[in-house]
Amino acid sequence: MSERVPIALEVNGETVARTIEPRMSLADFLREELELTGTHLGCEMGVCGACLVLLNGKAVHACLMFAVQAHGERVETVEGLTERKAIADIQEAFHNNNALQCGFCTTGMLVTAHEMLSRGDILSREEIRDGLSGNYCRCTGYQAIVNSIETVAQARAVAGAAPSKPE
Amino acid sequence: MEKTLNKLDRPNSYIGRSVTRPNAKRLLTGKGRYVTDMKLPRMLYAAFVRSPYAHAKILSVDTSAALEVEGVHLVATGEDLAKLCKPWVGTLDHFHNMKSTPQLPLATDKVVWAGQAVAAVVARSRAIAEDAAELVNVEYEELPVVTDIDAAREEGAAIINPELGTNVSFALKLESGDVEAAFKDSAVVVEETFRFGRHTAVTMEPRAIIADYNAAEEQLTVYHATQTPYQFQDLYSRHYGIAESRVRVVAPDIGGSFGMKLHVYHEDMAVVGLSMMAGRPVKYTADRMESFLSDIHARDHRVHASLAADASGSILGMKVDDVTAIGAFSSFPRTSVVEGNQVVRLMGAPYRFRNYRGDLNVVFQNKVQTSQYRAVGHPIACAVTEALMDDMARRVGLDPFEIRRRNIITQDMYPYTSPTGYKFERLSHEECLKNLHDMMDYPRLVKEQRDLREKGIYRGIGIAMFVEITNPSPAFYGVGGARISSQDGAIVKITPSGEVQCLISVGEHGQGTETIVGQIVAENLGVDRETVRVITGDTDVTPQGGANWACRGAGIGGETAFQAAKKLKENVLHVAGAILQAKPADLDMQNAQIVDAATGNIRMSLADVARISYYRSDTLPSDISPQLTVAHHYSPRGYPFAFTNGVQGCHVEVDVETGFTKILGMWVAEDCGRVINPMLVDEQVRGGAIQGLGAAFFEECRYSETGQLENGSLADYLVPMALEMPDIKIMHIETPTRDTELGAKGCGEAGTAASSAAAINAVNDAIAPLGAHVSQIPMTPQRLLRALGHA
Ligand code: FES
Ligand code: FES
Repeated sequence: MSERVPIALEVNGETVARTIEPRMSLADFLREELELTGTHLGCEMGVCGACLVLLNGKAVHACLMFAVQAHGERVETVEGLTERKAIADIQEAFHNNNALQCGFCTTGMLVTAHEMLSRGDILSREEIRDGLSGNYCRCTGYQAIVNSIETVAQARAVAGAAPSKPE
Repeated sequence: MEKTLNKLDRPNSYIGRSVTRPNAKRLLTGKGRYVTDMKLPRMLYAAFVRSPYAHAKILSVDTSAALEVEGVHLVATGEDLAKLCKPWVGTLDHFHNMKSTPQLPLATDKVVWAGQAVAAVVARSRAIAEDAAELVNVEYEELPVVTDIDAAREEGAAIINPELGTNVSFALKLESGDVEAAFKDSAVVVEETFRFGRHTAVTMEPRAIIADYNAAEEQLTVYHATQTPYQFQDLYSRHYGIAESRVRVVAPDIGGSFGMKLHVYHEDMAVVGLSMMAGRPVKYTADRMESFLSDIHARDHRVHASLAADASGSILGMKVDDVTAIGAFSSFPRTSVVEGNQVVRLMGAPYRFRNYRGDLNVVFQNKVQTSQYRAVGHPIACAVTEALMDDMARRVGLDPFEIRRRNIITQDMYPYTSPTGYKFERLSHEECLKNLHDMMDYPRLVKEQRDLREKGIYRGIGIAMFVEITNPSPAFYGVGGARISSQDGAIVKITPSGEVQCLISVGEHGQGTETIVGQIVAENLGVDRETVRVITGDTDVTPQGGANWACRGAGIGGETAFQAAKKLKENVLHVAGAILQAKPADLDMQNAQIVDAATGNIRMSLADVARISYYRSDTLPSDISPQLTVAHHYSPRGYPFAFTNGVQGCHVEVDVETGFTKILGMWVAEDCGRVINPMLVDEQVRGGAIQGLGAAFFEECRYSETGQLENGSLADYLVPMALEMPDIKIMHIETPTRDTELGAKGCGEAGTAASSAAAINAVNDAIAPLGAHVSQIPMTPQRLLRALGHA
């Protein structure tokens, strides 16, 4: 159909180069080309948050971006965050509180939680709920998710960890 | 010793404990493997050409331009697939005179809803398939569209399925006692017409399927995001004429199902045929818009009901007229009338009146099919009953708790048969009601409500009692001729190293089935639950069974695992007895050791029993056959269903200027029998409650008069989000069923069953001082403003 174009970007710390159709979304690129299927697609229109990834450290909807727009940029997915243990405490809290059921929304939730917690100042349940307003979960009652994020926020505050910049 | 130690203090005691889910770790690291993630070698992708009209004749389908597109492998029409696939009809025998028309994967001569698939394109990529689908040229001749519940039944209405001669799929009349006399003798009658909008499941993972037909072996393998793999093994086999033993259905990680992923969908059936035609694996994933158009919708009822009571508020009788519209045909294989049937049978279920009349009319319309979705029929029956109870309370001057207290079925009345024929073994209404009252701190809420009203703040408190159907026996579908299993199977084995594997027919979609099965097996075998691996969702591997529907995972699946593990333990102790020259009855298992039952002294390890059984059976006496794998199937035999019960409370604030409602609190006291893992049950109940709140406030599939779905995207169709939802307090009362040793009943639908009802009652309580009242959900701001006289 359309001509393919070369792109190169950093994904989870590795440089990857591919030749792709310009219409391919970043989410499809990650999932289809790189087999990083932790990034999920729930709506493909920027509403549900299942596809959130970090672009140069900021959470973006991978379904709303074309892969070509990420050319030369730095992308991190839930797989990358997991490997460098950036979200280990959040994952543990989610596990302990059963803050997931089917797990489809979960990876996007973790990216949001990571970003929210990296700001280091969010503690109230209301703020956490507000911060989750771009992430739909259809299985849980959200409560265990809120509990988990709250737990990590408190634990990190106690640990006195200097709020790290969103990475 | 037994006296001082709690049961949970014993080693390997897991039943009743909030343990975490082993499989959650995988999902938390992005390593879930959903059908949407899967790719097979040489796989092709399907896209569908869908009807823009809700009702039209198909005059011609021209596929030539689409076939020209580079990368397109084939384009199939309805006729092409009709040659391969036998049609299906969504009726059940026990619904006498129920009608529906035969269905095929793709429409052949006409379309009956906007979005129905007419042709399929199979190509190298989904994008190419979509491009080519746009080039398929279908000529239609529009037909009159039937969308309205009443218009469908009017004399002279266009008939959607002319071969049936009517738009009524099914009608049912239930009558018990003398309802006319009860109404005549009553002091107070309340009546109301209720409307329940269509809504839909919105699983975060859309429907997805990969069919892989291997002609050389006549083998079909289907990776299917479904909750009922065995049902689909049967259907693919029979409708495509493939030997059942050569049909393998694999359900890996499933991203939400809620009843939506157990029905037959045209596209899914088509994909099997497309793979046969292409000779290669074919994948179809619905995009979100396709999900809204073609997933089953649910509810869509108009209920007129009345309740009669004496002057003290004791209910004497109830009359219900339910009209429900199901789309252009009944879904398969469970039919679309189960919901209506349950609505008229569950009306008034917690209460003890004897005079009842229920009328049900199930009508066709030019919309997508409605069918079973979480808490089938329960929210409708519950909302109608509970709203009328509140009306009655207002009329006779009783508090909502008090009127319920006076009317519930009490402990001395069990076993109890409802006027609609449901048999309740034992429920716990009194305890639940009392507990909810305390948990909510009801008097405080009432006081606060009064104080705030003076300041122009309108808060409301609503409660709703429910009875839920779980652990269904063959009386549910089997008797109607459906090939839907009500039994489950488990295979439990000890590995040569003394670890445990359990293959079971109930599946895992995040509710924690694998975890609770692991808990049950580990406890019975006296091993660490970490050493028990539970495997689900593959018809070639796991034993045959009903899998997941109608809340049967813990109650039936759990009991199956329980009995299988017990059998296996007997076998292990038998072998160990031979080795140790002890009576099996004197031995027990604990911490993966064979111990003396009386003293707990370790005699040998389970690993040694296994090692000897598998590798040195020559050292065993010749009459000992080491059976360290057992298979067990279990089907409910006692009561046809294990009913559960509970009561929910909802606290809201209505902004009477804007019509917006804020949910301030939610409480659930519920009884699902023996609780295997409280943490999992809690969040399951919460998730269920939130789906009911979604229905109460936001969710509605809105159609135009011409049958076009107007809000088919997640931006237009509102689902509950974290900020709008409250924390939900949950309390369990445990009344185990005596029909099983485990005693567990279902809990997956309990939350959904009553939360819309509690919400309606809360909103009506809030706006009652203004003389306003609603009886339609979702209670959108616009509808509330209208009720308040603002619009
Ligand atoms: S898939 Fe990107 S926000 Fe839903
Ligand atoms: S866990 Fe299933 S959508 Fe959130």
